[in-house]
Amino acid sequence: MATASFVASADRNALVFQAEGDWLLATAAELDRRLRALDLPSGREVVLDLAGVGRLDTAGAWLLKRTDNELAARGNVVSLANVRENLAPLVDQVWAHSAAPLPHPIPPHHTLAGFVARVGEVSVQLIRRAYSITGFFGLVTLTFLDLVRHPRRLRLPALVAQMEQVGVDAMPIVGLLSFLIGVVFAYQGADQLRRFGAEIYTVNLLGIAILRELGVLLTAIIIAGRSGSAFTAQLGTMQVNEEIDALRTLGLNPIEVLVVPRVLGLVLTLPLLVVYADFMGMLGGCLMSWASLGILIPTFLDQLHSAIGLWTFWVGVIKAPFFAAIIALIGCYEGFNVARSADSVGRLTTQSVVESIFLVIVADSAFSIMFSLLKI
Amino acid sequence: MSDQPDNIVIRAHGVVNRFGAQTVHDGIDLEVRRGEVLGIVGGSGTGKSVLLRTLIGLQRPVAGQIEVLGRDILHLREAEQRELEQHFGVLFQDGALFSSLTVAQNIEVPLREHSNLQESLMAEIAATKIAMVGLPEEAGDKYPSQLSGGMRKRSGLARSLALDPEILFLDEPTAGLDPIAAAAFDRLIGDLKAGLGLTVVMATHDLDTLFAICDRVAVLVDKKIRVGTLAEHLQDPHPWIRAYFHGPRGRAALNGSDPQHSAIDLPSESLAGLA
Repeated sequence: MATASFVASADRNALVFQAEGDWLLATAAELDRRLRALDLPSGREVVLDLAGVGRLDTAGAWLLKRTDNELAARGNVVSLANVRENLAPLVDQVWAHSAAPLPHPIPPHHTLAGFVARVGEVSVQLIRRAYSITGFFGLVTLTFLDLVRHPRRLRLPALVAQMEQVGVDAMPIVGLLSFLIGVVFAYQGADQLRRFGAEIYTVNLLGIAILRELGVLLTAIIIAGRSGSAFTAQLGTMQVNEEIDALRTLGLNPIEVLVVPRVLGLVLTLPLLVVYADFMGMLGGCLMSWASLGILIPTFLDQLHSAIGLWTFWVGVIKAPFFAAIIALIGCYEGFNVARSADSVGRLTTQSVVESIFLVIVADSAFSIMFSLLKI
Repeated sequence: MSDQPDNIVIRAHGVVNRFGAQTVHDGIDLEVRRGEVLGIVGGSGTGKSVLLRTLIGLQRPVAGQIEVLGRDILHLREAEQRELEQHFGVLFQDGALFSSLTVAQNIEVPLREHSNLQESLMAEIAATKIAMVGLPEEAGDKYPSQLSGGMRKRSGLARSLALDPEILFLDEPTAGLDPIAAAAFDRLIGDLKAGLGLTVVMATHDLDTLFAICDRVAVLVDKKIRVGTLAEHLQDPHPWIRAYFHGPRGRAALNGSDPQHSAIDLPSESLAGLA
């Protein structure tokens, strides 16, 4: 077992500190405690005697050097003695390169001034972000308008690939979840309405809720989690690999090559996905109404027809391209913001999903207010 | 220096590495002596990094035996493996620093895991290592993304030295550094080797490094390995080895150093301090 000790003895004029045993990482914690407990002299002549040191590593050598420093700081004249030949190179290394860690200033979070400063900082950051997202939106819009004038520059294969990835590949999960929401809604609605003998209004509830709000909102949230995060991760990894810089140096516009196909792809695909989700939701509701209320399918369709107008359907679908633009723009924007580290990709991917879901719901409420003003 | 068993820290015998149908190593025998700097060279795709990874235990060979510090690393239990790894330091090509931690925190990771030191002492040791690899003090508080390539390498080296390893593995330590930084890095490895009594195994392309600090060189050719001093390799008639050491770059590096000196196995008394 490694041991270490430290003996202080007075020898006529000079004090002698004898280090003994193994001064290693394994014994450093114990040595550190003992050294800190020592009452150091001042203004004396001190000899650090290493004759008894068996094994030594950097941690042990640093402890010796630190003791040396502390003694010197108290006005002692310190000298090393009996450094064995095989330890000398290591001792020289540490003596030449010792450094105390920089003091870490304590962050002034807990004072009132610190709190106010922090609130100010966060506000300024928010405004900067809003400014920069708006700038990005403008840049994408300009690039898009440019592409409208030169449609041949639009990258059709990339666009189609994006539409497949965000649309076709998302159909199983969007379909299943919408179907299940329809089932749950029909079941819960029927349960409540049965008390009033108004079971048939379950159909109205389903029609309005799914077509107006749930279909589009649910699909947008799934796509934000599925494709918005993928956009950030893809572009972020490209940023880490300097691929985006490479595109620029090759005379290609990264917005045109990477962002426009993604935004356009999602804007074109999300409304279609919403129609599909609406259908699956209604299908689930219809089957559940039949199973739990005994409402036959023709009756269901008749009731649905009388309950909703065409606008109920359009009110839902019309929101989809806007939500799609929000999700795709935020996803790409955060991807471009990635710094060159693995950590940053993960952080910004999370941030992109949270932000786009947040903004989608805010936009949805804005639509609600607008539609109610327009009396739709 | 004698080849007593105790003097061999790594012994590989008949190592075969294969990826699918492609055989990279076909029966490699290698002995690394305590206290030496061994350079591994070879053309692109000859498996320098693969060999290094095999010796560290990150890549399991298809066949062969590997003994590191007297233990068979292919048949170790999990706990023994962890224990053995504390005697290794590994510097990956781009430093492989944890990007969510500062340089000082990166160095503290192994200390935290394998010792019970107080925070303040850990910070002091990290600062010492940072100074030993020639980084400025402020580097400790920086994140890897804020550092240049050379500084990342030095930080990676500081982390690999955190536990005072006996064997240091370096993967292309000077790749991507400017010649001045590369020469400084070579000197640093030499100094640390002398000061800490390290055994160093490095994969490298850098002829200057080979001439400056390597005691012996292992050349990977034709899926086999040829180990020898530089002086021996300079006599080797194998066409690739001739082209490598006698090409324009090889000759330039040779003229810039004293091959007789580099080719001599350096004594390793400095080791006793660690062992």
